[in-house]
Amino acid sequence: MIDVKDIIKPENLVFKKSKVLTDTPMHYCPGCSHGVVHNLIAEVIEEMEIQETTIGVAPVGCSVFAYNYIDIDWHEAAHGRAPAVATGIKRLMPDKFVFTYQGDGDLAAIGTAETIHACNRGENITIVFINNGIYGMTGGQMAPTTLEGMVASTCPSGRDHARDGYPIKMSDLVAQLPGTCYVTRQAVHTAGAVRKAKKAIRKAFENQKRKKGVSLVEVVSTCNSGWKMSPVDANNWMAENMFPFYPLGDLKDE
Amino acid sequence: MKGNEAIAEAAIRYGVDGYFGYPITPQSEVMETLMAMRPWETTGMVVLQAESEVASINMLYGGAGSGKRVMTSSSSPGISLMQEGISYIAGAELPCVIVNVVRGGPGLGTIQPSQSDYFQAVKGGGHGDYKLIVLAPSSVQEMADFVGLAFDLAFKYRNPAMILSDGVIGQMMEKVELDEYRPRWTDEEIIEKNPWAATGKKPVRGQNIMTSLHIQAVDQENVNRRLQAKYKEMQEKEVRYETFMCDDAEYLIVAFGSAARISKKSVELAREKGIKVGLLRPITLFPFPYKEIGSYADQIKGILVPEMNAGQMIEDVKLAVNGKVDVEHYGRMGGMIFSPDEVENALEELIIGG
Amino acid sequence: MKEEIIIAGFGGQGVLSMGKILAYSGVMQGMEVSWMPSYGPEMRGGTANVTVILSDEPISSPILHEFDTAIILNQQSMDKFEKAVKPGGMLIYDGNGITRHPSRKDINIYRVDATEEAVRMRSIKTFNMIVLGAYLKLKKIVEMDNVLKGLKKSLPERHHHLIPMNEKAILRGGEIIREISVVE
Repeated sequence: MIDVKDIIKPENLVFKKSKVLTDTPMHYCPGCSHGVVHNLIAEVIEEMEIQETTIGVAPVGCSVFAYNYIDIDWHEAAHGRAPAVATGIKRLMPDKFVFTYQGDGDLAAIGTAETIHACNRGENITIVFINNGIYGMTGGQMAPTTLEGMVASTCPSGRDHARDGYPIKMSDLVAQLPGTCYVTRQAVHTAGAVRKAKKAIRKAFENQKRKKGVSLVEVVSTCNSGWKMSPVDANNWMAENMFPFYPLGDLKDE
Repeated sequence: MKGNEAIAEAAIRYGVDGYFGYPITPQSEVMETLMAMRPWETTGMVVLQAESEVASINMLYGGAGSGKRVMTSSSSPGISLMQEGISYIAGAELPCVIVNVVRGGPGLGTIQPSQSDYFQAVKGGGHGDYKLIVLAPSSVQEMADFVGLAFDLAFKYRNPAMILSDGVIGQMMEKVELDEYRPRWTDEEIIEKNPWAATGKKPVRGQNIMTSLHIQAVDQENVNRRLQAKYKEMQEKEVRYETFMCDDAEYLIVAFGSAARISKKSVELAREKGIKVGLLRPITLFPFPYKEIGSYADQIKGILVPEMNAGQMIEDVKLAVNGKVDVEHYGRMGGMIFSPDEVENALEELIIGG
Repeated sequence: MKEEIIIAGFGGQGVLSMGKILAYSGVMQGMEVSWMPSYGPEMRGGTANVTVILSDEPISSPILHEFDTAIILNQQSMDKFEKAVKPGGMLIYDGNGITRHPSRKDINIYRVDATEEAVRMRSIKTFNMIVLGAYLKLKKIVEMDNVLKGLKKSLPERHHHLIPMNEKAILRGGEIIREISVVE
């Protein structure tokens, strides 16, 4: 019988965890996009060699514990306020790399003002925006980005715009602002998409050196628990339903 | 110089790193003065007009977590909006300075001076068990001096500090002596003085995480215990107050800020009539001079607490004397200011006659 | 030496700036001063007033209920502040627009028709300096040298060329002031 210890050997190594990720086991549900995006950010920080000069701002939502997983200095912001916190950090330490990591409830509902105005001022920060169309942490309530007809615990018969308003396309909105230099919409549901998303995150961090304003990377994501689907079904559902409304690709690249 | 201008001047001279604010009467001169002085060209101080008070207090949170000296100023409705951020800053144990130039409320209220935010300032204000260090200036000189004092205390205890002023002190002009310019802390000094700050993780230490989140109840209770111990230490070491003609006093007026200033004249008026009255002015509203006021309880026959509110600090004065002496409130509200003779009359009617 | 003054009139008459110049003059003379304005929307067109205190001693309350001198520039302010002059104190007013003249006999009343004079001098903006000049003629609380220094201090650099014109107005105010005796 082969022991696990016999397998874990340098010569058998095919994939290495980024050294910017901590050893803390992630609390995310199997199939959740957060873990993948965390890993991409950690890899970008490692590759750019900016672990000592990067400050993250964590949101309120499922990724509230992001600081437990990415081994850098962090601020834990109040719900929606991450872009204001990041503004304070970046204005006072302009040489640091500063990014926020926010979900759709955080960025597109309670923090809309902070998001729009940080973008409009052209703060030299990176915003990573996880859009899964639902409030994951609080148990599957309707988000500002919930699609019409999509079921959530606070719209159990599906989102109805007459009652609930329309899903909001925040990336399209902020792309209109002269303070943003790079706005892109990505996904992490396939290996190819993951590679593209990583390139986008890298670019969004590199842009801070150019001091040209906000770089925002939206990642259209799954919340299979909230959506009450298997991870595979959630990926398929996202491709069929989310992508037509939130099409992938660059909205702005200056 | 106006009180509001003194705040701005003192901030630059003290080596403050950043000011984030949103305009609101009667304190907009603070940011206007800063913007006119362009400190980013001299000391390197950042001055930014935010989109709301909600944003400006969170910019403070980010700046404070960077180990820098950051401040904001606002007036009552704006301070209410900031309460969320203040609670987070207190929970994360970060130092910063918040100036409240109080106006009458509730709601949109009036733009005229008031002291109706006393409870909000000294009892917490936002959610959770926390305290601010609260300083109450009663002159333009103190508006300037307390900026530095507030930062010193804020960093000593890693706790937000508030300067609780009002439209009288903010808008009035008096002579002021300003401190010399001192340089802002360098990056190296910040790392040395504030090793807790999120300045970028170095291999020599673990992560520095600015957070008020402690999801395990047992962890949160430990944080609360630490906070309470800190507040107790402040109560023991940081009480500041001033007395005027208290030595032979048979009666006491206890008042803070602009009300104390007005009451000083009331004491002069009463003394001219032969009434032996003194004034005790709490300078720190938290920590409150309970012991110091209590020490007069055996000497005096009654205490008048004139406040430009419906009776807020009087509760702390009553706690201080613990029923030993009659304590009465005299107040004007909604932006009305009492005059020295009104307070003197109240002393005669409510305390001496009553 | 302590002088407690209220200056009251319409917003736009230069009430606050007159008080400011007086306060700065006191500073130049080494006195303790306080300047406490009414503020807010009433600054713009409504009534405006400012309490100025000049003293050799530290000043207790910047807010007062009675004054050594009231300088009154409109009817509303007359109604409000005539009664706030201490017995034996002084009231100076501009007769322009005044329908009910002051009637107290226990105070000294002076009239300075500064509005008219400012029109005559073709310099309506120095109206407040004519009033200030009238006051300083009666109460030599600050030296003229210090008044000019105070003027310089409170005017922005770009307006310093207006100082001679203001000085002229201050002197003119001293010439046209006249005492009013109240008769039954």
